[in-house]
Amino acid sequence: MTAPYPVHATGVPVLALGETLLVSLQGELHDGMAEQLQQDISHRIADSGANGVIIDISGVEVVDSFLGRILAEIAASASLLAARTVVAGMRPAVAITLVELGLTLPGLTTALDVDRALELLTRRSTPSASDGREKGT
Amino acid sequence: MKVSEQEAVESTARRLGSFLKRRREQIAQRWADAPLFRTVFTVSREEAVEACKAVVDALSDVASSGRLEDITSSGFDSVRDQLGRMSGTRTRAGASPAQIADEVAALRAPVVDLLRAEFSDPSTPEAVEGLLALAALMGTLRLVVMQAALSSGEELIARQRQQLLEAATPVISLWEGVVAVPLIGTLDSARSQVVMESLLQCIVDQRARYAILDITGVPTVDSLVAQHLMKTVAAARLMGAECIVSGIRPAIAQTIVQLGIDLSSVLTRASLADALAYALSRLGIEVSPRASMR
Repeated sequence: MTAPYPVHATGVPVLALGETLLVSLQGELHDGMAEQLQQDISHRIADSGANGVIIDISGVEVVDSFLGRILAEIAASASLLAARTVVAGMRPAVAITLVELGLTLPGLTTALDVDRALELLTRRSTPSASDGREKGT
Repeated sequence: MKVSEQEAVESTARRLGSFLKRRREQIAQRWADAPLFRTVFTVSREEAVEACKAVVDALSDVASSGRLEDITSSGFDSVRDQLGRMSGTRTRAGASPAQIADEVAALRAPVVDLLRAEFSDPSTPEAVEGLLALAALMGTLRLVVMQAALSSGEELIARQRQQLLEAATPVISLWEGVVAVPLIGTLDSARSQVVMESLLQCIVDQRARYAILDITGVPTVDSLVAQHLMKTVAAARLMGAECIVSGIRPAIAQTIVQLGIDLSSVLTRASLADALAYALSRLGIEVSPRASMR
């Protein structure tokens, strides 16, 4: 299935990497875009049967409580569709700001970069890898 | 009436200024033997005389400008550095501020002697006014020296504080993917901010999966420090690294419990070695003695 990227006029591209969906956020995310993105991801998971979603936020310089809530909602709805969500590539300055604001995003799995996130998702989905990070998250 | 009084003061000040200019050489020679200059310029007397001349010039400038009691007077600008260095040297030699002030005050006597010799009768109003003006000017010099001493001390403290911030928070790489910060001393907001920033940057640079915060060297943990620790742990988690706190002393553990701080969300280990062992086992690395060494 080699459909072209479903890029919406105001949307964010959702790429498929095997059984994983990759979303790369760049710059600011407006309310409409966020809503569109949530829908896109849910539909893509349902359509493709993906078991993991990676949200790369290395291009995001400002994370506020709005984006924090969006990330948490995406993760929650993905987990209802039996897919795990990993947020990758948060910058140190962003992490410090979030913690200072008291937004520690509990329940979200995080990774240093997309590479690590992919590693995390594939290792988890393989039944033989029993040693996970259950306690750490 | 008031205007003429003002004029009288100014003319006295100007006369004082021209007197200082005229007697520059003599004053400098006498000051060079005074304790303040003698103890600072130990290498050569020539140097001391030059320094004295600079100070006399500054005083004569200030006197000519008529503002005898103004410590911000532009005449002092040229010697402020020099005075600061001198008082710094005296402070390093163990002199207290009061001692330095006394030494500056001792500079007055030689000049007063010279000025008194100018007048045939020291009881004339002119002579008394001149001497009073000189006393005011020397008092101002004393203030300027003290101010220079204080500001150079403050600069030193600020520089040392910055050095402490930088030096006391090294992030070390213990293993591939494992970094550690051995914290030593009390944590305040500024330091914990530096710790957090350098740790997170190091996680990015080293692609670390595990970050160890070792607090063996932290004497006391209050709720503020605990909060800082938890913030650092949470920020590291957001970056995708797991944070381990090690080296909590028994007394500190008791304090934390008594303060009612909940550290249950934080992974802890008894010592840095235990934390490293935990990280290595999670990374799937096994360390065992070599067969030939057994």
